[in-house]
Amino acid sequence: MALDTVAIAQTSPDTKQPFAELGLKPDEYARIKEILNRRPTSSELAMYSVMWSEHCSYKSSKVHLKQFGEKAPHSDALLVGIGENAGVVDVGQGYAVTFKIESHNHPSFIEPYQGAATGVGGIVRDILTMGARPIAVMDPLRFGPADAPDTKRVLPGIVAGIGGYGNCLGLPNIGGEITFDQTYLGNPLVNALCVGVMRHDQIKLAKASGAGNLVVLFGAKTGGDGIGGVSVLASETFGASGPAKRPSVQVGDPFVEKVLIECSLEIFAEDLVVGIQDLGGAGLSCATSELASGGSGGMQVQLDKVPLRDPSLSPEEILMSESQERMCAIVEPKHIARFLEICAKWDVTVDVIGEVTDGDRLIITWHGEVIVDVPPRTVAHEGPVYNRPLAQPDYINIVNAQVIDVPLPKTAEEIKAAMLTIASTPNLADKSWVTSQYDKYVQGNTILAQPEDAGMVRVDESTQLGVAISTDANANWSYLNPYEGAKLALAEAARNIAVAGAKPLAVTNCLNFGSPEDPGVMWQFAETVRGLADGCLEMGLPVTGGNVSFYNQTGDVAILPTPVIGVLGVIQDVRTRTPMGIPAAGLDLYLLGETKNDLAGSEWAFLHNQRGGQSPTADLQREMKLIDFLLANNSIFKSAHDLSQGGLAATLVEATLKNNVGATITLGDVGIELLSETPSRVLIAIDPKDAAKITYPATKIGTTGGTSLTINGAEISLDELRTVHTSTFPKLFG
Amino acid sequence: MRIGVVTFPGTLDDRDAARAVKYAGAEAVSLWHGDADLKGVDAVILPGGFSYGDYLRCGAISRFAPVMTEIIAQANKGMPLLGICNGFQVLCEAHLLPGALTRNHELHFLCRDQTLKIENTTSAWTSNFTKGQEIVIPLKNGEGSFQCDDETLKLLEDNNRIVARYVGENPNGSRNLIAGITNERGNVVGLMPHPEHAIDSLTGPSTDGLPFFTSVLTALVGK
Repeated sequence: MALDTVAIAQTSPDTKQPFAELGLKPDEYARIKEILNRRPTSSELAMYSVMWSEHCSYKSSKVHLKQFGEKAPHSDALLVGIGENAGVVDVGQGYAVTFKIESHNHPSFIEPYQGAATGVGGIVRDILTMGARPIAVMDPLRFGPADAPDTKRVLPGIVAGIGGYGNCLGLPNIGGEITFDQTYLGNPLVNALCVGVMRHDQIKLAKASGAGNLVVLFGAKTGGDGIGGVSVLASETFGASGPAKRPSVQVGDPFVEKVLIECSLEIFAEDLVVGIQDLGGAGLSCATSELASGGSGGMQVQLDKVPLRDPSLSPEEILMSESQERMCAIVEPKHIARFLEICAKWDVTVDVIGEVTDGDRLIITWHGEVIVDVPPRTVAHEGPVYNRPLAQPDYINIVNAQVIDVPLPKTAEEIKAAMLTIASTPNLADKSWVTSQYDKYVQGNTILAQPEDAGMVRVDESTQLGVAISTDANANWSYLNPYEGAKLALAEAARNIAVAGAKPLAVTNCLNFGSPEDPGVMWQFAETVRGLADGCLEMGLPVTGGNVSFYNQTGDVAILPTPVIGVLGVIQDVRTRTPMGIPAAGLDLYLLGETKNDLAGSEWAFLHNQRGGQSPTADLQREMKLIDFLLANNSIFKSAHDLSQGGLAATLVEATLKNNVGATITLGDVGIELLSETPSRVLIAIDPKDAAKITYPATKIGTTGGTSLTINGAEISLDELRTVHTSTFPKLFG
Repeated sequence: MRIGVVTFPGTLDDRDAARAVKYAGAEAVSLWHGDADLKGVDAVILPGGFSYGDYLRCGAISRFAPVMTEIIAQANKGMPLLGICNGFQVLCEAHLLPGALTRNHELHFLCRDQTLKIENTTSAWTSNFTKGQEIVIPLKNGEGSFQCDDETLKLLEDNNRIVARYVGENPNGSRNLIAGITNERGNVVGLMPHPEHAIDSLTGPSTDGLPFFTSVLTALVGK
């Protein structure tokens, strides 16, 4: 295929272009022609197609996501809100923290190791791009049934990829979740969160301003990976005898990323950039158009200056390449010498590829010929917006009408059997097989890590200021009621922060759903966003950003609606944190909150193949009272552990096994009290002398000590409990 | 006392090692891989990480860094030198210590709190322990399986050159449960687990790692 230039496009309006193969609808293609007043060149077509994709443009979700802005609670903590690479929150003492979660679901299904690895790499660069030093990562994961052959293929690869990349970056992995469900078979969810810290005055934004400033590309050389759909264009270049179709999953090089992080932080410290953007999805197309669009609009780029590791790449492929570990900076000419010097120190490849102009067009040339001439906002920020049809799916009324009917343990034997089942079922079993593949110690600031309720890292060694992060989702509840499900996930994440002793501050989210073209899925999505926005407003927690992943479905079967909610909190002195494990004998155990018959969506119901019923209703006022109580009385808790999936049963297993301290428990309606998943509950251990200080509805359920967990006379030795709890994963995946 | 901490491209635990040096009461001095100047330090630590991505063989490229030429020369004259994890791998590649660290026998990265038994209390980095003392410090690596030929193993065993051994189940397949070794002179120590992550019970499993860093101060004062 000959080079397609703007000049050629102007004189050949009728050339047939593969817009449909690139994923554009006829009306979208028509709109591009209208914007440009001619047909697009093949490079422009490639740029528009990828930037107007669902992944980059949020075209199906935008109309709903705007609620996060409209319903935003007032918050003094928010320094940078939605729209930038990641939101930034003030945590005091002059520190700002940025955090975000993103999905890398589809690549991780195709190539588990590289898909998961580059998911970590991408989110870390988003955080770095804000000017922050990344300080921790965590990874909520979801898979098909634990014993399914494909789960045995994807899970070990995904875990190794997260570890392989994150460990090599020197970022502690401090939390996450692993849940199994049939609907994730063929659609594993790999969500990656990163948190970073900087001083207030170090915040960087994605904008290219100041005519004459230089556009600098630094990091890895550009290769043919991650090109995906654009191979439609590429295939015409090479014909049948040329190189094979390129891999559409990117390949990561964590060593290059580690060096890029240190190099970038040194550049930021000397304040050498005007604006910066990482190259992730849609590569240079995205970075150049977003930088130009975020600034005054004018930019000229010489694409032939881009350093390549595959010299056979066409300009369309260079624009689309999703090669990892690359950054694009806008640098004033007076700073360029120092910028290049720092790159040389770190052996980072760097080239000036263009400059900011005072026009309002993004112009890209290839050996002197203009191949792209577009208004950048139309590529980056003014893509199509769809108000897709939505309708409550038929299953909702059917499942909501069902009544959960499961056997509940009553006798000592039944209680013991239920406890061993809960302790060993894959969703609740010990995850050390996974988390021991992640470095949790590096950087020396990890205060709490998995399996604690929240991950916690110290931000300042001299003042002991710290931040806590928790990610939560309960897809079973979201399936029954997506509006309540989103609120309940928010409540749980916030509770997990408070349980650890930190004050919830801000929210991020990763919304994983099926196809937006299915009105039922779109309804689940809309209800989820409405629930989350309402919940955040009620709890006074701003949404700082997020990510939407659609098309997680196989045929007609969509995944359970899975909004993963991340909450960030701040703790003034990390030495006051509360761990989840019972630390000693002789303490009293109290259950904060009230237990109702909430078996719908519970692990116990799931274990009995029952998916119906009605989810609990989120009572966020009650949740906030609980959080206030937890924060005000943190000093009397010897340990505190949230109740969620698996109810009190799962909480007792984890709280006793952590430090090998047993407990004797007495319950009334033992089956419900052990297995119901009523929200807003926490198990605390306190010194008996502090009993009068409990000013929140609470029930004393037992005392600590011994080498067994005994519930209403059913004695289970901790050794036996540990054996079943820890052997599930090694048996499945070892 | 001034203790140098080397940063190679891809080094990760340099800040942690520097913190441990400070906790022990000494001054930590950053040393850059490309700079042959040791800045007059009294001892050197090669911290953990993935220098040069560990792509060729762990430590195989780092041993050629300009800073290593000077470190090797000084170590051969008796300067205390500690290699932790990737640093241990560099010491083996540099032939300051015998043997090699290979892939863990279960073939994946392993991060866990590990019990060790201190076997040698005469090296520059272990004199503040008592012989037979059991400690718990983090272990985290993908290639930590210590291997050597039978002759070398006998030499190490017979000459009290095993610094520490793993207690309990072998975490990575190391011969004779070896977690760390020293050279004949006792000034160079390679250790696979991470004492720098066990200096404060707030951020680590114990404070059992601290004596490695105070030992070297004792050794330097006694010189």
